[in-house]
Amino acid sequence: MALQSLDIIRRSATTLPEPQARGAHAGQVAKLIDVSKCIGCKACQVACMEWNDLRDEIGSCTGHYDNPPDLSDQSWTLMRFAEYENPKGDLEWLIRKDGCMHCADPGCLKACPSPGAIVQYANGIVDFHEENCIGCGYCVTGCPFNIPRISKKDNKAYKCTLCSDRVSVGLEPACVKTCPTGAITFGSKEDMQQHAAERIEDLKSRGFAQAGLYDPMGVGGTHVMYVLQHADQPQLYSGLPANPKISAIVGLWKGISKPLGLLAIFATAAVGFLHYIGIGPNETDEQDEEAARRELKNELEKTP
Amino acid sequence: MSEMTRRQFLKVTGTTLVGSSLALMGFSPGVALAEVREYKLARATETRNTCPYCSVACGILMYSLGDRAKNAVSNIFHIEGDPDHPVNRGTLCPKGAALVDFIHSESRLKHPEYRAPGSDKWQRISWDDALERISKLMKADRDANFVAKNADGLTVNRWLTTGMLAASASSNEVGYLTHKVARSLGLLAFDNQARV
Repeated sequence: MALQSLDIIRRSATTLPEPQARGAHAGQVAKLIDVSKCIGCKACQVACMEWNDLRDEIGSCTGHYDNPPDLSDQSWTLMRFAEYENPKGDLEWLIRKDGCMHCADPGCLKACPSPGAIVQYANGIVDFHEENCIGCGYCVTGCPFNIPRISKKDNKAYKCTLCSDRVSVGLEPACVKTCPTGAITFGSKEDMQQHAAERIEDLKSRGFAQAGLYDPMGVGGTHVMYVLQHADQPQLYSGLPANPKISAIVGLWKGISKPLGLLAIFATAAVGFLHYIGIGPNETDEQDEEAARRELKNELEKTP
Repeated sequence: MSEMTRRQFLKVTGTTLVGSSLALMGFSPGVALAEVREYKLARATETRNTCPYCSVACGILMYSLGDRAKNAVSNIFHIEGDPDHPVNRGTLCPKGAALVDFIHSESRLKHPEYRAPGSDKWQRISWDDALERISKLMKADRDANFVAKNADGLTVNRWLTTGMLAASASSNEVGYLTHKVARSLGLLAFDNQARV
């Protein structure tokens, strides 16, 4: 029941093809975060914790507005506050809701060595299944956005699920529902792109000439997109990468190392077999045994 | 197999090791058991209410354990915005979104408490005691300080020495009645906690 109803299109560390017949014919889902509308109230953080039954530790002030200071196994989304002085000398407060981008080409899934620990659904959501997670942390290396976090309690990786449990029954994610300013919206990816285009046009008319949509193609596009006032400089938004790409190490490991490793195993087995039929096992005759007994006797006589 | 030699033992264990290694390397088909987390509100009881915090008075949906059957004790385990409420249309601010923790908070006030003058401790009292004490103090203060006429002899019916702070999460009807009660006593200092 599980596999078909979920329409899994990709599964980590699995060589067999997934069922492909069903597709997201009404469009894949996407979350659009309009940074220009965000007031940094953190209702999304609260709603995320309430829905997913998470409670992060109460920390202490670290000198900035980010609270908690970083993503964790208990905080799957986080408002990151950046102060930017624009060329006119005015201060701009760029507040970005950080969290999983749900890449179309997920680096975490590609890097994951544990079968079924990371899956991608036909609707575009990338989900972690902690029961299969071995806590190796390769997903952290594979992620171009530095999102997954390993829990200190159970050594398993956690991140935003895009509320796959809500979306599976036809609801929007918890953060989207709660957002008081409407900075976070949810719908089909096509609708979100259209909505973004309207917002960008509005921002351009208000003097943000470089306003644009962040939907990076280096990871095949994402199912969490941003409307940025300065789309030409995404790094202004607390280090949002301009050209996110899956680390070359992942490609090397999954691309070349694996067949090379398998080749080495088979070569060893073949050499062993050839050695067996060519030279054969190491056998001893009665003369060898006699020589060995003599040697042992001499050794015993030498030692007092 | 009781006659197993060292060589036979090595052959058997070696073959087993190779087999299990190949299975681990992805030659064995994996069973896809992945599934999304169960939707936790599926059959929970949904109750409409109003957020108790500010005067915006957002509509909320409270989800509780059980279907209100005689033997099932309700317990609210999730709260989110009411999409049908005209004020917030499903949205909630960080305080409203955290209401379930407000309900289950250890420091939540659940009954009237009284702190005697000079004391540093709160003590629990009954609702009857609380209401009786409040009404007696109100009456004593009103009897002493009520102003029926001002210096010019004009009827004003003012009571300026006591104020009233009302709650925000009230309907229009409750607001109307609260207003009637406060004004009929002559209270002028009358406000709402939402502005605090």
